[in-house]
Amino acid sequence: MDAGRMSKSLARIAHEILERSASPADLEALALVGIRTRGVPIARRIAAAIHGINGHDIPTGALDITLYRDDLMRHAVGPQPLIRRTEIPFSIDDKRILLVDDVLYTGRTIRAALDALIDFGRPKAIQLIVLVDRGHRELPIKADYVGKNLPTSLSQSVQVRLTEIDGRDEVEIQES
Amino acid sequence: MKKDLLGIADLSRDEIYLVLDTAEAMREIGQRPIKKVPTMRGKTVVNLFYEPSTRTRTSFEIAEKRLSADTLNIAVATSSVLKGETLVDTAMNIEAMAPDVIVLRHASSGAAHLLSRLCRSRVINAGDGMHEHPTQALLDAFTIREHKRRIEGLKVAIVGDLLHSRVLRSNVLLLTALGAEVWVCGPSTLVPVGVERLGVRATTSVDEAVKDADVIMMLRIQQERMQGAFFPSVREYFNTFGMTMARVARARPDVIIMHPGPMNRGVEIASDVADGPFSVILEQVANGVAVRMAVLYLLAGGAED
Repeated sequence: MDAGRMSKSLARIAHEILERSASPADLEALALVGIRTRGVPIARRIAAAIHGINGHDIPTGALDITLYRDDLMRHAVGPQPLIRRTEIPFSIDDKRILLVDDVLYTGRTIRAALDALIDFGRPKAIQLIVLVDRGHRELPIKADYVGKNLPTSLSQSVQVRLTEIDGRDEVEIQES
Repeated sequence: MKKDLLGIADLSRDEIYLVLDTAEAMREIGQRPIKKVPTMRGKTVVNLFYEPSTRTRTSFEIAEKRLSADTLNIAVATSSVLKGETLVDTAMNIEAMAPDVIVLRHASSGAAHLLSRLCRSRVINAGDGMHEHPTQALLDAFTIREHKRRIEGLKVAIVGDLLHSRVLRSNVLLLTALGAEVWVCGPSTLVPVGVERLGVRATTSVDEAVKDADVIMMLRIQQERMQGAFFPSVREYFNTFGMTMARVARARPDVIIMHPGPMNRGVEIASDVADGPFSVILEQVANGVAVRMAVLYLLAGGAED
């Protein structure tokens, strides 16, 4: 997936979000929360795309799920992962939260993100947006908006690169 | 990070910054409606305090609870000096119940190191005698960095009972490692011999120490550790070394005043300074929880580097 395909996918997701939020009240209840690291710029791009379509500003936050990971205290194989700030500068109570991540794989990150989000309040609903769904779920989790379904084998790894972090936009499948 | 946090002396510059950066993220947890994350679920932390403590013990306990650890407090407040044997026995008994972390406060310098050699549990030094108090220095650095955006190049004046202070040693090690210009000041009877070897400037003149300082850090007069007369009277100490608004005025206009607590008002610090606009003393206490969460997180999971 190159930069052009990526921006088309995100634009399509922005349109789908607006189609499913017909009334002004639905639109008002929306909020985007990106999962660190690469979910955050993707969430901002979707917010910008929606602003470009109808001028509406959707509040956008950043969630670090490290402290909620289920493997954190299990494998003593290296130093602890770095924790970054969670910044959700709005109340999530009664909001429809659109959770954003780059790659959906086992589903464990999303499980952790759901636990983390619910510690911030009681949203009306939580939906999931991913740029790439590569399959191999280990938990009963499914995305509501998918940029691209990318069938992969377990031996492969999927690398999403974004201009904001990596200097360019691309999705690459690597044999490991 | 190593297995234990025994002192600032064991930390590299990068490790110090790792703790401070992790604490930034931890502080946000304290501002949530539910101030708790599941990170240390199922981990047991024993707070073993051989000396009285309000701030440090409470701070560690809140930090542990915010990370969902099971906590146990053992307060062995006693006036007699505990022999090595006693500490070892207590430690071995606690160790037999397999806690994951032991937080130790002890009146003898080196007590945490002793425990570290004996225990498989991770050991955090919460103050050992006149040696080190690493989490205090880390929370002080966190507070300074928050106000000044940097530590390198700042003039920091540390004033008070330098001889008996573990806070002094940990702070000097940390601040000099990060490139601050540290001045220490106290009556000559309370200045440790050879303190300049730690890379600080020593003076007995408060005016000289605080001149153009970015940070003034007051140390408590530790009467409980004094066997003998180190200065003629409390009033004379206050007149010569006490921090007053007149002395604060010699520092930079954006100076911050710090104190590790507990304060002796009217001894080392005037009330109008302690409660005044330059004081960040209560912020230090608030930041202590975030810094201790960071230390617990970085030690309790993962492996040694």
